[in-house]
Amino acid sequence: MRFVFKTHYDQDLGLFKHTQHRVCYALLGAIMVALPWLISDYLLGEFTLVLIWSIAGMGLMILIGQTGQASLGHAAFLAIGAYSVVLLQERAGLPFLLAFPLAGLISGVCGALIARPIAKLHGVYLAIATLALGILVEDIIVIAEAWTGGVGGLFAPDIDIFGHTFNKYINPADLYFLILGITVVLVLLYKNLLRSPLGRAFAAIRDSEVSAQAMGVEIAKTKSLSFALSAAYTGLAGALLGHFTGIFNNETFTIIMSINMLMMIVIGGVGSIHGAFFGAAVFVLLPTIIAFARDGLATLGLGNAVVIPGIEAGIFAAILIAFLLFEPLGIYGRWVKIRTWFELFPLARRDMFKRNQSFLKTERTR
Amino acid sequence: MDFAQLLISGLANGCVYGLIALGFVLIYKATEAINFAQGDMMMLGAFITLALTNDNHMGLPFIPSVLIAIAVMAVFGYLLDALMLRHVFGQPQIAVVILTIAIGYIIRFGAGLIWGHEPQSLHSPLAGQDITIAGIALGLDEIAVIIVTILLTGFLYGFFAHTRTGIAIQAASQNQLAAYYMGVPVRRVYSLVWGLSGVVAAIAGVLFASKGSIDPNTGLLGIKAFAAAVIGGFGSLPGALLGGLIVGVIEPFASRYGPSGYAQIAPYLLLVLVLVFRPHGLLPQVQQKKV
Repeated sequence: MRFVFKTHYDQDLGLFKHTQHRVCYALLGAIMVALPWLISDYLLGEFTLVLIWSIAGMGLMILIGQTGQASLGHAAFLAIGAYSVVLLQERAGLPFLLAFPLAGLISGVCGALIARPIAKLHGVYLAIATLALGILVEDIIVIAEAWTGGVGGLFAPDIDIFGHTFNKYINPADLYFLILGITVVLVLLYKNLLRSPLGRAFAAIRDSEVSAQAMGVEIAKTKSLSFALSAAYTGLAGALLGHFTGIFNNETFTIIMSINMLMMIVIGGVGSIHGAFFGAAVFVLLPTIIAFARDGLATLGLGNAVVIPGIEAGIFAAILIAFLLFEPLGIYGRWVKIRTWFELFPLARRDMFKRNQSFLKTERTR
Repeated sequence: MDFAQLLISGLANGCVYGLIALGFVLIYKATEAINFAQGDMMMLGAFITLALTNDNHMGLPFIPSVLIAIAVMAVFGYLLDALMLRHVFGQPQIAVVILTIAIGYIIRFGAGLIWGHEPQSLHSPLAGQDITIAGIALGLDEIAVIIVTILLTGFLYGFFAHTRTGIAIQAASQNQLAAYYMGVPVRRVYSLVWGLSGVVAAIAGVLFASKGSIDPNTGLLGIKAFAAAVIGGFGSLPGALLGGLIVGVIEPFASRYGPSGYAQIAPYLLLVLVLVFRPHGLLPQVQQKKV
């Protein structure tokens, strides 16, 4: 067992709690930096995609994990980010370094604007309102063809920073490092947000809106901020995704994608930054793993490499159901349980994480 | 003439939306869970009927196959609650939403695996027959949809108002703990409600399939029905039907008289407007929260 003996106030404020914590993250950082020399270009591309989806997952996590507000239409913000970063570069002639943060800003402002009317909704109503907005954006892309290219879609140029271009086929390692850098900055921002008064206000709203209000949290304003921040993160992820895929149209950002994002963070573990990364890894790498497994089965002579349409979605959903039934806290929750067992060895008890029995609390009276 | 025909076909479509919405609301009223798989359950019910009655499948007579499909879907709904939904009880509402979405994925995947992804049509005795009343050509299928919806709504009203089980469901929905104390078997009641909504889904599926073709992605129609339920007011059975009818009627008129491209977003536009100005639907069922 470990006891952290605090000798200085800075220890309460620090990002890392103890030496082992620091060592673990240093190791993780070293592995991430060394990754381009360890794996093939194809897998590196997949890892870049994992990072992009993690940013999107963090965006949704701010809203669902920290503030407790559901959103079934977050692909809309991915779309806003992707379209604005390309349009800012091609129509307004801005460099990527300016267009990228601006895309996040535009997405964030959109998030704040739609938050004003819908943030007062709860539960089902909020879910369906965001769902409707997600569907509307899908159709608005088609209607606003002059800007968005409609069904034909938009081609995203290569990312260009001071004359250095980043292309996932020509120099995948450079692109990986660029996105890794962006991810690290966004994670630090997120982590600091959680430690700020605003982050605490988010948590207060998540746990009980009535008590948060009693404590002096401005509900409407804080919820709007949460929507805005969440949309900004998702918009940044959308901008990167647009550049990464190279071409996108209205069918890239469907309601299915919003739902996938939601499933992603639930599998990873709602309420933690780790969860966004675990979920993104499962979501992106699952098709790759299925493809490898299919090839493996074929070489073993079992099954003749049959391609079943929709098997990715089916397996993804089955994993999700298993998690919801047996480990509602997601991969990160399971990891915390395993870690606690080792840290407390041999004192860990089976019922340590047991939930209290709960009864239905109706949302109709509010 | 044109107007009346659009109205009737809109009403018929609206009845199907209304029936799916009814399934949502039944479950929501009783168990406070939102079943995003309702549309997929409808699709499953339709496919089971199709597999039983179509000549290239089993070729049974129409009415018995519909009854079998209804029974299968009732058991399916019951087991869904008993085996899965019950275990996420008491978790945040979003957990139930995600679970049912995932169940919907699985149903769609399974249906695609068994029946393929090609659109198929149900060989129903109603399909493709027209009768002309006062110069308006009406499809027999459309009339059947409207009549069955009215009958089913009447039946459900009677069930909730006058039977022991119906009143037990109402009790469990109003106060779970108190219902337990009064000896209502709350768990079984909840599973029963899920079974009931399976029945409604199967009927909606058969009606929908006899109006046109179905494929595994038909279940996504559930999203539109969901919008209908919210427009009407989630938690009110007449509201669900009303919302379904509104959405169903708006669609053909928007595509006939509105600018192109806007027809399919009309229901969602209406939904957003309703949510902004009447956040709890047209027929709300909300009281002030007591802390």
